[in-house]
Amino acid sequence: MLIKLTGGKVFDPANGMDGEIRDIYIEDGVIIAPPLDRRADHEYPLHGRVVMAGAIDPHTHIGGGKMTIGRLMLPEDHRGDPVCRGHLTRAGCGHAVPSTLTAGYRYAEMGYTAGFEPAMLPANARQAHMEMADTPMIDKGAFAMLGSDDFFLRQLAAKEDIEAIKDYVAWTLHATQAIAIKVVNPGGISAFKFNQRQLDLDEHHAHYGVTPRDVLLSLSRAVKELGITHPLHVHGCNLGVPGNVVTTANTIAGMEGLPVHLTHIQFHSYGTEGDRKFSSGAARVAELVNSHKNVSIDVGQVLFGQTCTASGDSMRQYGNTGSASPNKWVVMDIECDAGCGVVPMRYRDKSFVNALQWAIGLELFLLIDDPWRIFLTTDHPNAAPFTFYPHLIRLLMDKGFRNDMLQKINPDAANSSVLASLDREYTLYEIAIMTRAGPARSLGLKDRGHLGVGACADITVYEDLADREAMFATPVFVFKNGELIVKSGRIVKVVQGATHVARPDFDKGIEKSLRSYFDRFHTVGFDNIAVSDDEIRVDGYGSIVVQPTAARV
Amino acid sequence: MSDVGAAVEFGHVPCPFCGLLCDDLKISRAGAALKVVKNGCGKAVAGFERALPAVSPQIDGRDVPLNDAIGEAARLIRKSSAPLYGGLATDVGGMRAVMSLADRSRGVVDHALSEAASSNLKILQSTGWIMSTLTETRNRADVVVIVGSDIHKLHPRFFERIVCAETTLFEDSFKPRSVVFIGDGLDQSGATGPRVGNVVTLPCAMDRVDEVVAALLSRMRGHPVSGDNVAGVALAAIDQLASTLSEAQYPVLVWAPAGLETNNPDLTVHAVCDIVRLLNKTTRAAGLTLGGDEGGQTATSVCGWQSGYPARVSYASGAPDYDPENNSVPRKLAANESDLLVWIASYTPDLGPPETSLPTVLLGPPGMSTAGKPAVFIPVGTPGIDHSGQLIRCDSVVSLPLRNLGRSDNPSVASVLAAIEAAL
Repeated sequence: MLIKLTGGKVFDPANGMDGEIRDIYIEDGVIIAPPLDRRADHEYPLHGRVVMAGAIDPHTHIGGGKMTIGRLMLPEDHRGDPVCRGHLTRAGCGHAVPSTLTAGYRYAEMGYTAGFEPAMLPANARQAHMEMADTPMIDKGAFAMLGSDDFFLRQLAAKEDIEAIKDYVAWTLHATQAIAIKVVNPGGISAFKFNQRQLDLDEHHAHYGVTPRDVLLSLSRAVKELGITHPLHVHGCNLGVPGNVVTTANTIAGMEGLPVHLTHIQFHSYGTEGDRKFSSGAARVAELVNSHKNVSIDVGQVLFGQTCTASGDSMRQYGNTGSASPNKWVVMDIECDAGCGVVPMRYRDKSFVNALQWAIGLELFLLIDDPWRIFLTTDHPNAAPFTFYPHLIRLLMDKGFRNDMLQKINPDAANSSVLASLDREYTLYEIAIMTRAGPARSLGLKDRGHLGVGACADITVYEDLADREAMFATPVFVFKNGELIVKSGRIVKVVQGATHVARPDFDKGIEKSLRSYFDRFHTVGFDNIAVSDDEIRVDGYGSIVVQPTAARV
Repeated sequence: MSDVGAAVEFGHVPCPFCGLLCDDLKISRAGAALKVVKNGCGKAVAGFERALPAVSPQIDGRDVPLNDAIGEAARLIRKSSAPLYGGLATDVGGMRAVMSLADRSRGVVDHALSEAASSNLKILQSTGWIMSTLTETRNRADVVVIVGSDIHKLHPRFFERIVCAETTLFEDSFKPRSVVFIGDGLDQSGATGPRVGNVVTLPCAMDRVDEVVAALLSRMRGHPVSGDNVAGVALAAIDQLASTLSEAQYPVLVWAPAGLETNNPDLTVHAVCDIVRLLNKTTRAAGLTLGGDEGGQTATSVCGWQSGYPARVSYASGAPDYDPENNSVPRKLAANESDLLVWIASYTPDLGPPETSLPTVLLGPPGMSTAGKPAVFIPVGTPGIDHSGQLIRCDSVVSLPLRNLGRSDNPSVASVLAAIEAAL
């Protein structure tokens, strides 16, 4: 069937299109060149409306054991947001840690067509994929966590050749069906198991003797030389610790020009100035990001209300348990592989710290120049549930609205932030970069995040409303693979997205060491570790898209 | 389904018959007969080697074709105003199908072993906890405390694979592990060999383990405890355990919910988790809960991610409603609050449906014993023997792929329930 989207204002930064009126043709799920001699079977008149590629969330905790721990731990949060079965959709629950089904529906209803789980423990990969398979509507993918696993730390401590480390990294991507590599508190999750309570960039791991800097340099080099498109995805040292802006600055300087993505950087941009020894380090971080082209970031914007933090960073999450609200939390040491910490959190606009966290995130958005290197995230659900994105977009696009909100927060926090002096307002073109073209380019999704010929027809259409929150909350149409799935913010067809993976080459010789390692030390044998393609496809329900990688260096 | 006599051997086979999911079994198959060749425990041998009677689907005790049984099950579910989905001893695919059908038919979802798991869930939902996993414990624990449950009986290879493991990642600093048993009469025969150091017993009656654990917590908090013994355990022995735990590098406190025969298992688990939290203020320590048998952890996790809640969820209102008291299948049956029981089991034939006067749709392994005559009986395969699948391990982190060993053509729970839902 030939579908024509007629007369919309197209924002397609990957193809340099900034609001031009253009018709888009779709056939067999793909955007095609205007056909010369055929009439469309179905035409959508979009005059005056805004057309973008489907949005892509490059960092959202949607699948994996720690999310299900959060779900099981917080029945009181779900009870406030029950979701009934619809004539097309399944029942579930929403808010901070929504059920997988509801998460998929709500992403689609907001115009998102892909979301990436950024912290998949290899030991938990199978379950993470099960949960993502039960997240309908959107494409997904996952970043495999390395850097505190004993296999890698043993390699690093033994000063093994970088080629062996590369083989292990590549094997992990294959075995866990991941698209990128994440490191969380480099070496620190393991150090916490040895009762270290912090691990700064150049502190030594008590057992292995290596430092976070060693971990970052070897993993980022491995990722680059394997040809994986997305740079090493780094949750740095000292998350949430006042003064960690120094660590962040040292981390950026210490990467020696290697590509790196610093995630939820808001949580890593804290100074120690002022009476409360807590201040914004956003200006300094923004300056460093602006001057280091090898660095990209996402923000992890705090927005006020109840949520639940969930991280692989067991060390720092344990450190944050004093702030748990409600007062219950889970910390786990996991499989000589990683860990996790799940700590419910209520961000209050009248709290100095929470209000300043809010302001720091917005300062970062407004002070970092290049929208291709900054992505719009709340680190769902750590800083806020993803359902706040339309509100966040309005904060970025509407200075008057932003300043109104600034009036409502803790006045000391407002006064200690430069936010009121920042006049920048994001344009639709920049929003399209931050939420579509940028993440797609960074993750290496070659046919997503743009509207050029050959692109997958994941398309979102909005009314061009002055209230940008209303505009982005309720798209007029959302198409997935060329099918209309959402109309006026309501689901009209339930679909199942694909799983995106990367499969760089590696020397299978590494499997010999891994087989011996698992046999000697683990409780799951090597033969049962890898998640097979059949497990992802689940009786033809799911599908796999292998995204290209560059040649290994 | 296969030629008799053509023996096939399978290596690295995961065992679905307890929550540990050991995956190093060697199994041979000749025709429909399986034999555990290596690394089986009593549970594995009983599970894999059980003779499989040839059984047909039935309606009211009459043999019928599978499609007829599916049609009748669908008719009963369609007619029911509040079906109960109980048992739920299945795999991930089976649980997904249960959730879909319960959502569609406004049913109630409850696992056969929910009652045992309820102490853990109450603690998770009220205070949370600090936990370890099997591999982490295997490599790192220097003190293992078995709290009030007979681990060796419930999980026969726990000591062999975790406590007495031949080597660890940290052999340089390895010292034989201390093993402490709290409770009298716990099978200690697994705690032997060169990897085990001191074995200490705090021999109180099983129903008084919670008193001993509470006293231990009090002493660790520096509070006085009156008398010179608690439940027959000398206070000095409790103080000694407190020092052992404080001086250890990574003590792990282990319990199996189904085995906790203490007076109040909720308080036992609560106190154990408080002890672990207290230790972590200065050193590292963790809890480790076993259990998860009969697909129990799988049911909790799948129900958790699809509905937001653990089992004991009702879809009667259209949205999931979690009420661990009201939505218990045994309570619903006793209170006559339903009109249909759908009982699902696929591992042991002993996990039959509870006695009830309600019409029952039974999906069970061939040879399952039932108290009454089910309205519909559909024999199903066992995941990891008759079909492939996935199961989640007791520590709620690791999951295993289950293999099809080709024993029979009995259908999976997932495929039967999908067919029933399609026929609604």
